[in-house]
Amino acid sequence: MLDVRGLRKVYEGSGRRTEAVRDLTFTVGAGELVCLVGPSGCGKTTLLKCVGGLLAPTAGEVTLAGRKVDGPPPGTAFVFQEYGRSLFPWMRVGANVELPLKQKGLGTSRRRELVADALESVGLADAAGAYPWQLSGGMQQRVAIARALAYEPDVLLMDEPFAAVDAQTRADLEDLVRGLWRERGITVLFVTHDIDEAVYLGERVIVLSSSPTVVQEQLEVDLPLERDQLSTRVAPRFAELRTHVYERIQAAKRGAATRPAGTDAPPPR
Amino acid sequence: MRGVNAALGAAGLAAFLALGEAVPRLGLVEEDHFPPTSRIADALGTELADGAFWAALGDTLTGWALGLAIAVGAGIVVGVVISVVPYLREATASTIEFLRPIPSVALIPLAVLLYGTGLRSVLLLVVYASFWQVLIQVLYGVQDVDPVAEETARSYGLGPWARIRHVLWPTALPYVMTGVRLAAAVALILAVTAELVIGVPGLGARIAVAQTSQAVPEMYALIVVAGLLGLLINVGARSVERRALAWHQSVRGEVAA
Repeated sequence: MLDVRGLRKVYEGSGRRTEAVRDLTFTVGAGELVCLVGPSGCGKTTLLKCVGGLLAPTAGEVTLAGRKVDGPPPGTAFVFQEYGRSLFPWMRVGANVELPLKQKGLGTSRRRELVADALESVGLADAAGAYPWQLSGGMQQRVAIARALAYEPDVLLMDEPFAAVDAQTRADLEDLVRGLWRERGITVLFVTHDIDEAVYLGERVIVLSSSPTVVQEQLEVDLPLERDQLSTRVAPRFAELRTHVYERIQAAKRGAATRPAGTDAPPPR
Repeated sequence: MRGVNAALGAAGLAAFLALGEAVPRLGLVEEDHFPPTSRIADALGTELADGAFWAALGDTLTGWALGLAIAVGAGIVVGVVISVVPYLREATASTIEFLRPIPSVALIPLAVLLYGTGLRSVLLLVVYASFWQVLIQVLYGVQDVDPVAEETARSYGLGPWARIRHVLWPTALPYVMTGVRLAAAVALILAVTAELVIGVPGLGARIAVAQTSQAVPEMYALIVVAGLLGLLINVGARSVERRALAWHQSVRGEVAA
């Protein structure tokens, strides 16, 4: 479904070259829920923006359902960490969810149906007439998720969507995302810096190294399909998996500290 | 609290008017040049009954409104184009900084030369003065576009035109509103100035005529009308602003939880 091959991204600006992502190769199958986890500042957001067509990679390529990504691909929805800035404060919740559908060229009745259904799915059926800033942070992120759902994407890209909400809301939203994933069969690529979250949510966890980023390890999460915040998080297998991922990330950080700086090879053409 | 403030404001105004009545009557200033409030009020009543006064008021408002509309339209279009087209902003910045501080009244000789005492003289001055107010605000407003909002719009496949309409324009709108409010005030000043100095028909010209014919109370009455006009324009602009920006934090006056 989603193929990332040899992805490399170098930022150039004001005389500085920063190699954010060195060489990333992985695939995400159709209908899979994959979590990307890595130390902070390891280029997770850069990677996701390349996948979403918002950034052009320096080298390598991203293909989605066989087609090369060179701009935001149709059928992909993005949920940002900064929900407060990603929702438009000048539009009511309903209009926010509806706007991408208008761009898709859907008719009024179909749009209305999708908006109502998406808001219902995230538990905000009554909020359509409110402005985003009248809602709590968790509710705002639900609206952003509803906007993505209404778009009926094949692939949902989520960039640390719960990093800015409180712990209880976060647990609710994690369950919401897993529930929606199971219900709708969307392919989800979920970026997080939170190891527990990655293991709890993902069917597979891709561990990234520190910047410049490579894939450190890929790990199948063999927890049951049915998960819940109480029993899953205290299951011995959960503890094993999170410990394993934690160790890999610590190793990645140490690796970064000992790696000599300034040995970047020139980007292949 | 609101009622108390309104009462205090009314009391202050009443005191000011009473002072304006008492000071000339007590002979502290020359009554010929500073007529008491009651005589100005009388003159105002006479003016209001005069068809020529209303024609002059209409002329002034026409020049003001037309000039403001042209300036706002041009300011918005030019501002958005300069901001959206790459490198255009850098290329125009120094020119704008040079042209903007030129006082519009310095263009009066040019206006007379080009258009004589016609409406177009007023328009030239009004447009020149108001245009920069709007343009500068649009330029600032467009810079304020949130990169996350912009990326959100791009990720959902909004094209350049849709992004201007749904992201750039609403972001810039609070700035545009400020620009329009400032421009509306400046436009009135320039409209009256042009009439007063060049003699284009309107309130300004009528003030000049009243002055040269020694009709001092009438002159004051007209000045009062010009002042009220400015007040109404400001109040009107603010209420439009409040309506259009109900979503904006400066208007909603509360921070979301």
